[in-house]
Amino acid sequence: MAHHSDEPQVTVLPPNKEKIKHLWTVAGIMAAVTAVEFVIAFTMEAGHLKTSIFVVMTIVKAGYIVGEFMHLRYETKMLFWSILVPLVFIIWAIVVFVYEGQAIFPERI
Amino acid sequence: MAHSAAVVTAPGKSEWDGGVSPMGVSYGKLMMWFFLLSDAFTFSGLLITYGLVRSSNLAFVGDHSAFQFSTTYWPVPEKVFEAIPFFHGLEAPLVFVGLMTFILIMSSVTMVLAVDAGHRMDRKAVEKWMLWTIVGGIAFLSCQAWEWTHFIVGSDKATIMNVFNTKLGVWEELKIYGANLRVNQYGPPAFADFFFFITGFHGFHVFSGVLLNILIYYRTMTGYYDRRGHYEMVEKVGLYWHFVDLVWVFVFTFFYLV
Repeated sequence: MAHHSDEPQVTVLPPNKEKIKHLWTVAGIMAAVTAVEFVIAFTMEAGHLKTSIFVVMTIVKAGYIVGEFMHLRYETKMLFWSILVPLVFIIWAIVVFVYEGQAIFPERI
Repeated sequence: MAHSAAVVTAPGKSEWDGGVSPMGVSYGKLMMWFFLLSDAFTFSGLLITYGLVRSSNLAFVGDHSAFQFSTTYWPVPEKVFEAIPFFHGLEAPLVFVGLMTFILIMSSVTMVLAVDAGHRMDRKAVEKWMLWTIVGGIAFLSCQAWEWTHFIVGSDKATIMNVFNTKLGVWEELKIYGANLRVNQYGPPAFADFFFFITGFHGFHVFSGVLLNILIYYRTMTGYYDRRGHYEMVEKVGLYWHFVDLVWVFVFTFFYLV
């Protein structure tokens, strides 16, 4: 670095209106999904269908957070899959524990 | 710098031979991603265990309007979390936790705007959006403090639990108000244990995030990142902050909604 001044020369770029608008659209979608979740929470009977709908909507929201807010969608393919592939272990854990849970339930009664 | 999208390699050399970032991100950002991946496993472990223990307890059967607290079956979450501040006795299921969700999502949005401002080297805008993110984080923690207090103190009506008195050899009725780690008025002891542990662990993440955000705000304010030449630190802490929001989305579904 040539200069040792405390006030470095910084070029401030103007905001990209398209990008900002896109971010607010994503935020709007998340808010809408949450609002629908509330409607379902109060109008639907509890059961497997209701739970499944909630799980799907949660994954949609998670996709938007990770893909857009955390920018993963725009990273290189290698980074994208490095983060997503290990999540298969979580799915495996769910399968295993649900299966084991069915065995635990009769034991406790 | 932060974004070297196109990877150019010399002929005969692999992009893994050094000198370039094959994944197009800096070391710090990559490590933040892998840390968050490991943290995702921790939270998954907690939530899956919650599901396991819940399904190994009796579930409440029947109409939800007839639901009453009992330590013999797992509670219906919307009957537990139905209080809002300043309106004592009003039944407003999930309203307060909905507000908390809204606050956290909004603070995630302001964080993205801070990261965007950082890309543009716009110090004033980074300061503004970081400050909003900090306000959001503190608001969320305050809500959680209120919720915990309400959960611990309990409602006006006690839940009766039959306890065997080993000294006298008789069954006695025990009145339970609120919750602690041994008993709670809402359901089986494990219910409150999971509530404290899962929301507490998440709340601790939010708390750490607020501290990091304050640090970033301070360094932005003093021109630290202008001197460094880039605002990548805002991005890294931003990743962490979004992750905290992400976890809340799952906690909200699996602890409050289902």
